[in-house]
Amino acid sequence: MHRYRIWAAVAFALLALALPFIFNSPYYQHMLILILIWAALGTAWNLLGGYCGQVSFGHAAFFGLGAYSAGLLYLHLGASPWWGLALGPVVATLVSLPIGLICFRLRGPYFALAMLALGEIFRLVFLNWISFTNGPRGILMVATRPGKIPFYYLALAILGLALWWSYLLIKSKFGYYFVSIREDQDAAEALGIPTTRYKLYALLPSAFLTGLVGAFYMNYVAFIEPNVVFSLGNVSVMIILVVILGGVATLWGPTVGAAIYIALGELFRAQLGAANVLAFGVLVCLVILFLPNGVVGEVDLFKRLLGGKRRGDVGGSLGSP
Amino acid sequence: MALLGQTVICGLLLGGMYALIAISLTLIMGVMKIINLAHGSLVMVGMYVTYVCYRAWGLDPYLGMLVAMPVLFLLGCVIQHFLINRLLEVESVLPENQVLLTVGISLVLTEVIRFIFKSDYRSITTPYAGEALLVGGMSVSIAMAIGFVIAMVFTYLLHLFLTRTDLGRAIRATAQDREAAQYMGVDARRVTVITFGLGSALAAAGGSLLLPLFYLWPDIGHLFTAKAFIITILGGMGSTTGALLGGLTLGVAESLGATYIGMGYKDVVGLVIFLLVLLFLPHGLRSLVRR
Repeated sequence: MHRYRIWAAVAFALLALALPFIFNSPYYQHMLILILIWAALGTAWNLLGGYCGQVSFGHAAFFGLGAYSAGLLYLHLGASPWWGLALGPVVATLVSLPIGLICFRLRGPYFALAMLALGEIFRLVFLNWISFTNGPRGILMVATRPGKIPFYYLALAILGLALWWSYLLIKSKFGYYFVSIREDQDAAEALGIPTTRYKLYALLPSAFLTGLVGAFYMNYVAFIEPNVVFSLGNVSVMIILVVILGGVATLWGPTVGAAIYIALGELFRAQLGAANVLAFGVLVCLVILFLPNGVVGEVDLFKRLLGGKRRGDVGGSLGSP
Repeated sequence: MALLGQTVICGLLLGGMYALIAISLTLIMGVMKIINLAHGSLVMVGMYVTYVCYRAWGLDPYLGMLVAMPVLFLLGCVIQHFLINRLLEVESVLPENQVLLTVGISLVLTEVIRFIFKSDYRSITTPYAGEALLVGGMSVSIAMAIGFVIAMVFTYLLHLFLTRTDLGRAIRATAQDREAAQYMGVDARRVTVITFGLGSALAAAGGSLLLPLFYLWPDIGHLFTAKAFIITILGGMGSTTGALLGGLTLGVAESLGATYIGMGYKDVVGLVIFLLVLLFLPHGLRSLVRR
């Protein structure tokens, strides 16, 4: 079993490395990069939202901060936005620390609302602080661009980092502490788990990775604007939907969710035109009603439907009902 | 001084209408214990129904409201019966799935409206829209004053309904303790469906009152969702009086912010107040009274 898993991982890694050459056109490569971006964002969110149960509706704040760290370096200092890959995650992590200390006083839905408000505050401040951020005009980067393939491997590396960190955290005692906080915070507290500190241990890597993806986004797209990178509907909520689609609190769920989300999004756009967001909204409602634990989370269900054997342990969803 | 007075009065009138939207939200939150992020979209759909009545039959928005409310009541009942109540039976890792379902519903409502009406900005012009009362150097918009009065009437009627009728008492009982209410013979499922319908109808009323004052476009719902939540948290969950006070406070804070800090930062003021209240006054304004 163990050996089988290692071979599967090696085969999967080789496939991931070969993909841009299999789909050798800029359009498909762009899709692949988008999948990697959303998969990395979802994996980062999943650490805090899925395993630790702290549903954040404000991850756009960290994404935007990462993107703007890179953008502002370029705008004010003329530095290459590649430096943003170093600065962005640090800024996002530093900002997440006070946010966490303040907002973790709140529980469940109230935490979700507080994060939602914070994300919107960042958007509005970046929109109105024109002298510093260029406001709604955004930041446009004019630079020579190395084709798609380097971006693909960079995004793959970021996703790899996100998955690796998640794996390490989940398999260590941290993972069990996170899940215990999600399942019953009072019981966790009673057992001697310093809940606020462990929520921070989930938030800090989550914010770091989200900021890193944000900085990558600035380099890749070369144009950012507060309404795009701090968007509630198109970033914060979409990250959550990607995770829900793939499977909350599973290691591979966000990646699977991102692939489905981007592929279906393109399909809808091509087939349905103006109604594509509508189709996506209907899909979201259906998934939540019928696949509440996402595609990866309901592997058991699919196996039963296909008449195969039942497996006891479902992915990484420790302690799920 | 006249500027300050006018700012405050304008804020109070606007706040009264916001309060109606927030009261309908707090009604839903109190009974279902869920966060309804689709609330603003219900307001938006209500506004479009009123808008259609105005365009098709030349119906004044204050009359169109009477069409929008039953339509939204039905829509609310359908959403609650077929979607949200269903979800209560589904097991999942995150209880916040309900919040996400309302996000999905709001996405669907917004996109259906966008599909029918496109993203264009729309507005209606009533003969009295530009009129203003002049009181001691301050001008007060007629549309705002009428809206405020109607919003207060609805609030009072809701208060009577909740305190004087059997159904109203059943709703309050379910909000306090669902299981205890069921033991007393209250059909809690039916109550949740009716509550959601009632909340949606009142949301439509609030939206219709604001229609003469706001531009209308499919994404306006997010604006109202945010405002309704700020007010609800400000007033304390499940409290009608609290929501009323919260609405007036937010209205005044926003117009002061718009006048003295800048139009762009108007919404930041509301959100910052929201966060501060959430953190330091967990029971809303009531926590101040208790001390």
